[in-house]
Amino acid sequence: MKNGMNFWLIAPIIIPLLTAILTTLLYRVPRAQRWVSAGGAFVLLSAAIGLLHNVYHQGIQVAQMGNWVAPYGITLVADLFSAIMITVTGIIGLAVAVYSLADIDAARVQFGYHPLYHFLLMGVCGAFVTGDLFNLYVWFEVMLMASFVLLALGGERGQLEGAIKYVTLNLMSSALFLAAMGIVYGLAGTLNMADLARKLHTTPQPELVTAVAMLFLVAFGIKAAIFPLFFWLPASYHTPPVAVSAVFAGLLTKVGVYALIRVFTLIFTQNVGYTHNLILIIAGLTMITGVLGAVAQNEFRRILSFHIVSQIGYMIMGLGLFTPLGLAAAVFYIAHHIIVKTNLFLISGVVARINGTFELKRLGGVYRTQPGLALLFLVPAMSLAGLPPLSGFFAKLGLIQAGLPLSQYAIIAIALIVSLLTLFSMLKIWNEAFWKSLDDRRPLTADRRISVALFIPIVLLATLTLIIGFGVGPVFALALRAGEQLMQPTHYIHAVLGGF
Amino acid sequence: MEIALALVIGGLYAGAIYMLLRRSIVKLLIGLVLLSHAANLLIFTAAGLTRAQPPIVGDHLARATSGVADPLPQALILTAIVISFGVTAFALVLAYRAHKIVGVDDLDQLTSTDT
Repeated sequence: MKNGMNFWLIAPIIIPLLTAILTTLLYRVPRAQRWVSAGGAFVLLSAAIGLLHNVYHQGIQVAQMGNWVAPYGITLVADLFSAIMITVTGIIGLAVAVYSLADIDAARVQFGYHPLYHFLLMGVCGAFVTGDLFNLYVWFEVMLMASFVLLALGGERGQLEGAIKYVTLNLMSSALFLAAMGIVYGLAGTLNMADLARKLHTTPQPELVTAVAMLFLVAFGIKAAIFPLFFWLPASYHTPPVAVSAVFAGLLTKVGVYALIRVFTLIFTQNVGYTHNLILIIAGLTMITGVLGAVAQNEFRRILSFHIVSQIGYMIMGLGLFTPLGLAAAVFYIAHHIIVKTNLFLISGVVARINGTFELKRLGGVYRTQPGLALLFLVPAMSLAGLPPLSGFFAKLGLIQAGLPLSQYAIIAIALIVSLLTLFSMLKIWNEAFWKSLDDRRPLTADRRISVALFIPIVLLATLTLIIGFGVGPVFALALRAGEQLMQPTHYIHAVLGGF
Repeated sequence: MEIALALVIGGLYAGAIYMLLRRSIVKLLIGLVLLSHAANLLIFTAAGLTRAQPPIVGDHLARATSGVADPLPQALILTAIVISFGVTAFALVLAYRAHKIVGVDDLDQLTSTDT
């Protein structure tokens, strides 16, 4: 029984690690490497579903590494929120691994694309499953290192320029995180999150705790791309190959959001009136600046990048409201957003393959040549804007319902206006790239043969968006349970520390 | 001792931020290195400076006697140093490649992606 519990918690870290090692060993046989990569991603998804099933039926799962008792050893812990995040990571991991089969060129595969991709997944899963603040830092670094190399791999001019901005700001964020952690250790003498939650509630210096909380807000805020710390994102996400930007867009900023939600529900809840209201204000500003940035853009992936920023605002709005329903809506929003946003990036890649460019001005006529792809674009695009009955509608509805009883009308108004502007932006892409007819000045670089491996993940993710939208009941019920769990940190603390 | 270290940390942070705000990519990297040094020293100081025995438990003892130093901050810093070493190595290579391709050492001219 105990070993079984350990297995499900370790699997999301071990499987990508083994896949990465195996693909490294197979670097002379690119064909085998590709299939091992896709297979590893499939196994990861299966293990993630197993973990979610276990957490759903048996409550919060805990494993103490090396059998060192918490708070002395490193604790791995998965509550429903973690398990949901890992499951979504598994879905995206598989979808993008399949897409990479056709999207990533031979040179990048030669230089280790597949091992890096799985190290990235390992870092993401590790961050979701760890119960220790320093361990979270280590997983962040694993993820960042892999993402640095994936971003720069290929060495095109745009990639290197984007990578310098991305690397600098993310390293600053890591240094701030490290400093904040040092101060927390000085205050509480522990870095186990559950233990911290217990000790910081009885600290004699609550002001200092709030000050440290602000350091964490900035450190994780840079990674989550909140206002005004998001400038690295639209400067870099549109530069690497589409498969890489899709997995970055889906997962990386959400790890920052996860960390924010984790520490601001578990550890820093001493001064909610200050911290969480500040988060709510930042949420509003993030939504507005992101969406206005998108309106001004004319490049497919840059529009989508700015929309990531604006959507991050919705997620931390749920955290700022700080009610079970608000957090449930945030969890639902994150899951829905990861699937939809990754899919939009994948579709942008196919469109660019057909027309040879990402510039909306030079795109066009996709509806005529690929009507199926055009319809597939509409599913995530309309879901992102929040049209019923797609998943984005219910995510926004949950947030607004959570805001109403708290009389947070300003943020609700912002959320509604931003969702209209999102619709405008999606329609702009639709009109320019899909609907507008293109005269015969087709660029010669266009690749007219579209591999089926590019379509499989798009269809899969669009179907998933439809399933979440039409079967919203059970999915939202799951998110609601996760939200209630987040608002009841005592369960988490008891699960980790036992009867202390 | 705390005061002296606090001044050193403050100086390192000030230097790091000054360097990060320069336009040269090399100075940006120096800023990042200083920033991680400052963070490491901050952990060291914030965790509490004690003059005590090394935290080694002898063979004949079940647990450490009183008056041992806390080994954890050093373990944390060691890990952080190793990570920042790797990251710095990568950042240096990145800057070198970027310099070769873009041809300038000026952050203000890295604008080809800002369409």
